[in-house]
Amino acid sequence: MILVVAEQREEALNRASWEAIAAAQQMAGAWPIAVLALGASVGDVATQLAQADVAEVLTGEHAALRHYTPDAFTMALKGVIDQKKPAVVLMAHTYQARDFAPMLAARLRVSLITDVIGISGDGASATFTRPMFQGKLTATVRATSSGPAIVTVQIGAFRADAVRRGGSPSVSPVEITIDTAAIRQQPEAPFQEAKQAVDLSQAERIVAVGRGIKSQDNLPLAQNLAKAMGAEIAASRPICDSGWLPMERQVGSSGQTVAPRLYVALGISGAIQHLVGMKGSRTIVAINKDADAPIFEVADYGIVGDLFEIVPALTAELEKK
Amino acid sequence: MKIAVCIKQVPTREWQPRLTDDKTWIREQDASFEMNEPDAYALEEALRLREKLSGEVVVCSAGPSRVQQVIREALARGADRALHVEDNSLAAADAAMTAEALAAAMGEETFDLVLTGLQSDDQGHAQMGVILAERLGIPHSTIIMEVQVDENPTTGPGQGRLRVKRELEGGWFQWIAMPLPALLTIQSGINQLRYATLKGIMAAKKKEIKKVPLSGGLKPAQEILSLSSPVRSKQTQMIGGTPADAAKELVRRLREEARVL
Repeated sequence: MILVVAEQREEALNRASWEAIAAAQQMAGAWPIAVLALGASVGDVATQLAQADVAEVLTGEHAALRHYTPDAFTMALKGVIDQKKPAVVLMAHTYQARDFAPMLAARLRVSLITDVIGISGDGASATFTRPMFQGKLTATVRATSSGPAIVTVQIGAFRADAVRRGGSPSVSPVEITIDTAAIRQQPEAPFQEAKQAVDLSQAERIVAVGRGIKSQDNLPLAQNLAKAMGAEIAASRPICDSGWLPMERQVGSSGQTVAPRLYVALGISGAIQHLVGMKGSRTIVAINKDADAPIFEVADYGIVGDLFEIVPALTAELEKK
Repeated sequence: MKIAVCIKQVPTREWQPRLTDDKTWIREQDASFEMNEPDAYALEEALRLREKLSGEVVVCSAGPSRVQQVIREALARGADRALHVEDNSLAAADAAMTAEALAAAMGEETFDLVLTGLQSDDQGHAQMGVILAERLGIPHSTIIMEVQVDENPTTGPGQGRLRVKRELEGGWFQWIAMPLPALLTIQSGINQLRYATLKGIMAAKKKEIKKVPLSGGLKPAQEILSLSSPVRSKQTQMIGGTPADAAKELVRRLREEARVL
């Protein structure tokens, strides 16, 4: 069987869990699919998950799972895997999965294949594709350890709306064993740093800058273009890390997720952490000196060249008439 | 405070991929290499903690002889000494094998804190640090944006404690406390990097790099069957010409075709 580990926080299901179910349905072949909801109280989440066309939904409830820790999740999941003996364990490549999945794989001494964007074949013969070298290459890999392979799927790589529904699966509890004395991390409540003064998710148009802008002194170039387009200015992570623009302007997995009508990427190579935050944009323009930059894979329009020449020309063109 | 920093040597950002004939790895002879960027932030954090708390910073790396380049660079930036697990089979090793190799070499020393970057810019598994923590039998936390160390807490068990700020998705954060020793994977941007000074480069030449052979029998947990260029999800319309021509044509298409201006 394939075991899908759904993710929830305070009884709200993470949307990416549907993407993991879609991946499971694609690769299941003859294997039944079980979806596991873990937490202190997961009844509502289980009811939502039971809409999927899967064999069963499992509820794994324990007070020690109320606030996520890698130690408690690893103990709980190892117990479920020992009981259910799945061939594959699938989940979304969220920050939470990144925190506990390698620990689980290490404890079980099994393969963990992360950030998967495609699955070929089904069942035991499945192979997986995942980005390597910052998205410059795609690797096809297979698990080599005996025992269940653990697989995490990249956010947005499988479509949540492609999940087959209506299987009326059974919903039943699964036994969770956690040695609470062995939980070493003590989490505090999640918080947001500063109130987001800028809500980029509402922007119609965005001009975003990356490393290619080279220096803070060159930012007015992009700001002038943004003004001429009626766009908000945004940036990839390195720009905000350097303090050239505030963190609230960051687009990507650690910043905001945006889907404007127009997204103009200036000197952004297109690391996956950035792409996941903007690839839902309706029209994407990429201007980059490197013709092989991964940003061109998601761009509708591309110009290969020196942004320091092209951007002023673009601003001038927009300001005409 | 005895701090280990695990660093990896990866191809530079400017590198254009070329593959071996069997297309299962890159032609390393065509690549130039540099320190994995998140690991550079982990090193900087270790140096800052040492400056605050005293102690030593030990750089640990697993890879072929070429990784000495980044080990020397880390020593030049201020690390005190290094452990190098040297073996050619580590060049294309996955996270599981790298973690096992490092765990065997690092286990003999008792580190109070182990830092590494949150993922590598080459294979990008984002697993190595967490697997290493499990093998060393110490707690971990990932994607860390701030580190607070209390070496002598007045409450709790008689050992040091950590309080770390973990990044969550979408601009959320969380503080997490745990006992020392522990392992943290560091997020890029946690600090401002320093660069090696001439004095540092000279001093690095005298610092110890202890070579450790790879323990026998280690294998990757996954096999690369093939590498290829990514499949484009969209047909990108490339616009050429002089900057002025390209700008004019782009604006025309954004107005008339895409209708987003």
